[in-house]
Amino acid sequence: MNLQLSRTGEMRHLLTIEGLPKQVIYDVLDAAESFMPVTKRDVKKVPLLRGKTIFNLFFESSTRTRTTFEIAAKRLSADVININVGTSAVAKGESLLDTIANLSAMNADMFVVRHGQSGAPHLIAKYVPPHINVINAGDGSHAHPTQALLDMYTIRYFKKKFEGLRVAIVGDISHSRVARSQIHALTTLGASEVRVIAPKTLLPANVENLGVSVYNDIALGLQEVDVIIMLRLQRERMSGVNLPSSQEFYSAYGLTQKRLSLAKSDAIVMHPGPINRGVEIESLVADGRSSVILPQVTFGIAIRMAVMSILAGQAK
Amino acid sequence: MKICIKGGRVIDPESDGDKVQDVFISDSIIVGIGQSPRGFMADKIINASRLAICPGLVDVSVRVGGHGSEFKTTLEQELRSALAGGVTKLGCPPDTTPVLDQPGLVTMLRERATALNSAKIFPIGAMTQSLSGKLLAEMAALSDAGCVAFSQGDGVLPDAAVLKKAMEYAATFSFRIFLRPQERSLGNRGIAHEGSVSTRLGLPGVPVIAETLAVSNILMLAKETGAMVHLSKLSSYAAVELVRNAKQDGVDVTSDVSVHNLHLCDIDIGYFDTNFNLCPPLRASRDKDALREGLRDDTVNLICSDHYPVSQDQKNVPFAEAIPGASSVELLLPLTLQWAREEGQTLLKAVTQITSNPSHVLGISPSSISIGEVADLCIFDPEHPWIVSDKSLVSAGKNTPFINKELVGRVLCTIVEGRIAYDPDEICA
Repeated sequence: MNLQLSRTGEMRHLLTIEGLPKQVIYDVLDAAESFMPVTKRDVKKVPLLRGKTIFNLFFESSTRTRTTFEIAAKRLSADVININVGTSAVAKGESLLDTIANLSAMNADMFVVRHGQSGAPHLIAKYVPPHINVINAGDGSHAHPTQALLDMYTIRYFKKKFEGLRVAIVGDISHSRVARSQIHALTTLGASEVRVIAPKTLLPANVENLGVSVYNDIALGLQEVDVIIMLRLQRERMSGVNLPSSQEFYSAYGLTQKRLSLAKSDAIVMHPGPINRGVEIESLVADGRSSVILPQVTFGIAIRMAVMSILAGQAK
Repeated sequence: MKICIKGGRVIDPESDGDKVQDVFISDSIIVGIGQSPRGFMADKIINASRLAICPGLVDVSVRVGGHGSEFKTTLEQELRSALAGGVTKLGCPPDTTPVLDQPGLVTMLRERATALNSAKIFPIGAMTQSLSGKLLAEMAALSDAGCVAFSQGDGVLPDAAVLKKAMEYAATFSFRIFLRPQERSLGNRGIAHEGSVSTRLGLPGVPVIAETLAVSNILMLAKETGAMVHLSKLSSYAAVELVRNAKQDGVDVTSDVSVHNLHLCDIDIGYFDTNFNLCPPLRASRDKDALREGLRDDTVNLICSDHYPVSQDQKNVPFAEAIPGASSVELLLPLTLQWAREEGQTLLKAVTQITSNPSHVLGISPSSISIGEVADLCIFDPEHPWIVSDKSLVSAGKNTPFINKELVGRVLCTIVEGRIAYDPDEICA
């Protein structure tokens, strides 16, 4: 059952990129493009979601993603309520569905959900009343669709199209919801090759079945690529059974100027942030001319405005 | 009471029998087959034409309590659930609340079950105290209290040193040990088969090697200690292969598969359907095929339901937080029949997997439909289609991956010691 599309193929929830038709993704990118001028004006507001109430439900802490959702909602004139669930009802033992039922009773129109467990937004979408839309803002190691959409926006902005592109995703693929969503988006949009580059300890089983080619050697993996996406290495995985140390990871997989030169000369470097300088990426690269890390953040707001307005049936 | 079951297809694995004949019961005993005993006057006549009659089913893995204290069911209700599945004898794993590691608890469980005059319970005692895997449980005393075998349930296996001692101790008394093979350091945090589906869904995986490493260790220890080992709920093709080879080498080992692993695979999880959160996890399609092949060539000896009722609240949570388990004893027969149909096996072979084979593994005398035997019988319609629903399930647990699915083959009447114990359509009226 596809929860996120209506019978007529319109997006009702945004839970995962997997299974989203190409046209739906393009619709989001186009809507985001139309919002870009708004984000640059003096008065950065449009009244599209006036009177709507959006709950930011973060069961897992986040500053950046939560903030960009909040800004996006406010620019659409919606009322935004931030609920840091870690310190509220759930901490008192309330079940996830009870929390959702209570907030639904407060006449919510949209839930933006981040949760540590894969599939939690699907569960919520299954139980909310039909007028409420659910946006997955990251669940476990499963999906982070708005991040992938803003990454696609960034790639299209700098590379114009997806066909013919060779994209490398480098780092902890195994635990990355961002990587999974990016892979689904890139394969749907027709990138000619998606490579994942990581040590075997950070690659999930049968990852090639997602439609990617697997490289353990970054020097081979970066050859002739158009786009390099570096993933954030979680602190708790920097040393232990997955990796001996962050230094060793940097020396084997860190994106340095030297390695960047293996890619195409006009390759762009992306990162979902926050970056660990000297762990995934050399400062010279992060701040260099190939880096599009800061534009990604700006596009992130437009993408979230686009998703919210499409879900609310208010896209232009 | 005297009962005559007329015109049914009598399937009796112990005598290799499969033919249409009448069965005559007097009080708790079968007194005639085919020919009416002299002077037999039936109080009840059951018209069983187009129906099949087999010994009461035997299920080696039925939990008669729910998970944890918040789930409310009763022994009475779960035993009725067993009867609704045609099951008259059931093995109870020890990992229930409380753990079956004390002779007193086992005695109490058996006495309560006996008082209910329902399906019969054969407790499987804890192999280690509190199932902690550290100290041996009092197996001999537990055996005296009625335990028919020993196990860790779905809990973690002890380390090799404790496992070896447990096997040696069990072998001393010729007790059988049931082990669900999973190497604890590899399987502990996983909740889905490690493969394409777990990767797609971002769920922590249980690799096949978690099972095969454990199976290899167990088989080597069994060979070394001479213990009788039964491997519970095999889930992978590689494990089936190891067991097949061990049997050829003469290791005294038996194994089973649950109805879930026999019919489902990981792709059926869909988008995080917690009814499919089961233990062991559903594996890939090739694993399911290998388990089916294993049953066919007797590498896998029997089918169990792995009945474990859980509440709706324990399933209405994110996938990884759901309690693994399903109410399934009522589906044992139709799902076994489905296996036989799909694999071109006879009805007799199907019934063998859920009657005499599990009896032998539990070390209890198998029921047989022959004169002088106790009348524990299951009467079923092998062609009857029905839909599994929360209303149709007698168990307090309403969760099963087969909910709202149509199954073929329905139990119509269960007879325990000559007493009509289940007869919802009143075919015995």
